[in-house]
Amino acid sequence: MLSRTADHLYWMARYIERAENMARVLDVTYRMSLVSHAGESEATLWQPPVLIADDVAAFERDYGDYNAANVMHYMALDTRNPSSIVSCLGSARENARSVRVAMSSEMWETVNALWLELTQRLQPGLNEADIGEFCDWVKSRSHLFRGVTYGTMLRDDGYKFLRLGTFIERADNTARLLDAKYHLLMAAAGDLNGPVDYYEWSSLLRSVSSFEAYQKVFRDTILPSKVAELLVLRDDMPRSLHACFDELTPILEQICTQRGRECLRIAGETHARLHFGRMDDIFKEGLHEFLQDFIALNNRLGREIQISFLNAPAH
Amino acid sequence: MTINISKSYDEMRASGDKVRKVYGPYTDWLASTSHAHLAQKTREAELLFRRVGITFNVYGEDAGAERLIPFDVVPRILAAQEWQHLSAGAIQRVRALNAFLNDLYHGQEIIRAGIVPASILTNEMYRPEMQGVDVPGGIYAHIAGIDIVRTGENQFYVLEDNLRTPSGVSYMLEDRKMMMRLFPELFRRYSVAPVEHYPQVLLNNLRAVAQPGVQDPTVVLMTPGAYNSAYFEHAFLAQQMGIELVEGQDLFVRDDAVYMRTTEGPKRVDVIYRRIDDDFIDPLAFRADSMLGVPGLVSVYRNGGVTLANAIGTGVADDKATYTYVPEMVKFYLGEEPILSNVPTWKLSIPDDRRYVLDHLAELVVKEVQGSGGYGMLVGPTSSKQQVEDFRQRILANPNNYIAQPTLALSTCPTLVEQGVAPRHVDLRPFVLSGKTVSLVPGALCRVAMTEGSLVVNSSQGGGTKDTWVLNEVASC
Repeated sequence: MLSRTADHLYWMARYIERAENMARVLDVTYRMSLVSHAGESEATLWQPPVLIADDVAAFERDYGDYNAANVMHYMALDTRNPSSIVSCLGSARENARSVRVAMSSEMWETVNALWLELTQRLQPGLNEADIGEFCDWVKSRSHLFRGVTYGTMLRDDGYKFLRLGTFIERADNTARLLDAKYHLLMAAAGDLNGPVDYYEWSSLLRSVSSFEAYQKVFRDTILPSKVAELLVLRDDMPRSLHACFDELTPILEQICTQRGRECLRIAGETHARLHFGRMDDIFKEGLHEFLQDFIALNNRLGREIQISFLNAPAH
Repeated sequence: MTINISKSYDEMRASGDKVRKVYGPYTDWLASTSHAHLAQKTREAELLFRRVGITFNVYGEDAGAERLIPFDVVPRILAAQEWQHLSAGAIQRVRALNAFLNDLYHGQEIIRAGIVPASILTNEMYRPEMQGVDVPGGIYAHIAGIDIVRTGENQFYVLEDNLRTPSGVSYMLEDRKMMMRLFPELFRRYSVAPVEHYPQVLLNNLRAVAQPGVQDPTVVLMTPGAYNSAYFEHAFLAQQMGIELVEGQDLFVRDDAVYMRTTEGPKRVDVIYRRIDDDFIDPLAFRADSMLGVPGLVSVYRNGGVTLANAIGTGVADDKATYTYVPEMVKFYLGEEPILSNVPTWKLSIPDDRRYVLDHLAELVVKEVQGSGGYGMLVGPTSSKQQVEDFRQRILANPNNYIAQPTLALSTCPTLVEQGVAPRHVDLRPFVLSGKTVSLVPGALCRVAMTEGSLVVNSSQGGGTKDTWVLNEVASC
């Protein structure tokens, strides 16, 4: 298929996934802010979403204070922020518009309707009280898009590149989310069994739709190490790093026949770490270090896919 | 050479109050249908068009401003024999125009025969790069949009030939789909000839004009990109034909061939259905500042390494100065009498014509030969005395630069407006496809001026579209 077409499909999927993840983070942070926290400042609560989005400098320049109104506006509505929900959905739609030929008409209509509805919803502005409902809506539209894609799209190369976009983005987001929260909580140390921590951890799980999964799998109180295990190594947890690479690796094995050997190598290496790794060893190495390393590798994989397939050179 | 402009012919009621036969069943249906119901259906259509993204971009407005072309729910209905006449005339015209282009870019017999003056070679749309270049099948205008207006029961005139990158066919197809969805019961009352196979006919033609010897040619549709006003149509047609929709940046030239960049490496392209103007198609051949084209494409084309549809240089045949010679072309190349008439046109370079025009300025439309988009134009009946006199001076200063035509009373067609169903002026653009055969599907883009009395049907000026029904036989009541 045309490299440009593959590029648009890949990025469309990434942006939709990113919008969904931003909505998840924002939603959970907002819910957390409704639980009274002794001794926790508004800034500590609202900084992690910005850390996860990786735009601290831009945020501090444009907004200054970490508070609910600022962070919500920045992450949901700010068109200057390329990772805001509005920006992501706009970019997804622009990408879709350029390659509507390459997808099923139902997919195009879903992305287009998503955009039209978004502009309608935002017309009167977004109240703080509506943020939860707004985030739910973004998530449900992302689910809808994935479902429509799964149910209607031809299993051609376009489908493969679209899936690559979804899982590269999701792996990145899950890793950042875990890293930001874990780092902060470990730094706070203290009594890990206190009620605050229970809410912190359960909200982290909820943000990746894993709260019920955790209970099912471990039948135990919420322990940070097990949360990490669930989101890193469990292959049956659809937003875990391992699950993402279970999806990525076979796709790359199919498309990396003539080109993209480096993609295959990185994916294989990363997949092996997740497949054969043990949580104890990861903790020994340091979870933060492990996650930073993972984020870097995942980024390199994204760059290699870009170079090998999406910006294919003429000669 | 006079045309009655006082009263417009109406597609439903002719010139009187009696409903024409083809509109009989429709009128019955309409009588039992409330205005509210039609308005509701219109809103439903708008919603669907917006959801599907059948929009066009308006240049100069907010970035990404997308508008809907108003869709009118009342169809334009043509009887089988009317269509027979129009389609035969349009096909004849396109055959003659293709023969003319082939001749102009080869032996120029028509100039030597003294029918078309040699000054045509100074027309800026004439492309010397194409002189002596053979194109497959001698076809230049693979897709032609012929703009036809009606002024009476049997009076049809060709207003303009569009031979460059004519657009609007997606509305013919989408309007039909919409009508069948909104009013299925009407399609039981009428036997309407289908148009849905247009993309298949087009694809077959495009494949047929690949260079001889190419097995299983790769056809692509080339668009200026997602911000072009007709982008929806480009995407739609590519999808319907199952071909790649490419931009200039997706193609490159190597070893006298054109390739597209794919995820599996370069792939050879044989036929390009291009929806980008000559000027922008190759920065090495035409406008050097074009970012949309493919460097070297024209050179490959001239050497027979790729087919372009439409060919380079078709613009010389659809400009206003050339238009006046088309009936002569039909006689010269085909030895036939023209089936469809031109709008009578006076050339001010001819003394007799000039005298007549200057005597009747207040009744006529005067246009610059090279003008377009309504600039440098006098519409006599709607201009003040002073404007007419000013224009007279301009004509006298350089008469060769002008042509004049009678002010045409375009026919009207019932159209849903706020107050109910009322007559609005319409035109018709059928699309003639040349390749394996010269043909058209039985349908057309029908444009309608939504404002009362307005003759401007252009979508950029708020004009709308209607579904055009060609009946398989005279409607049974």
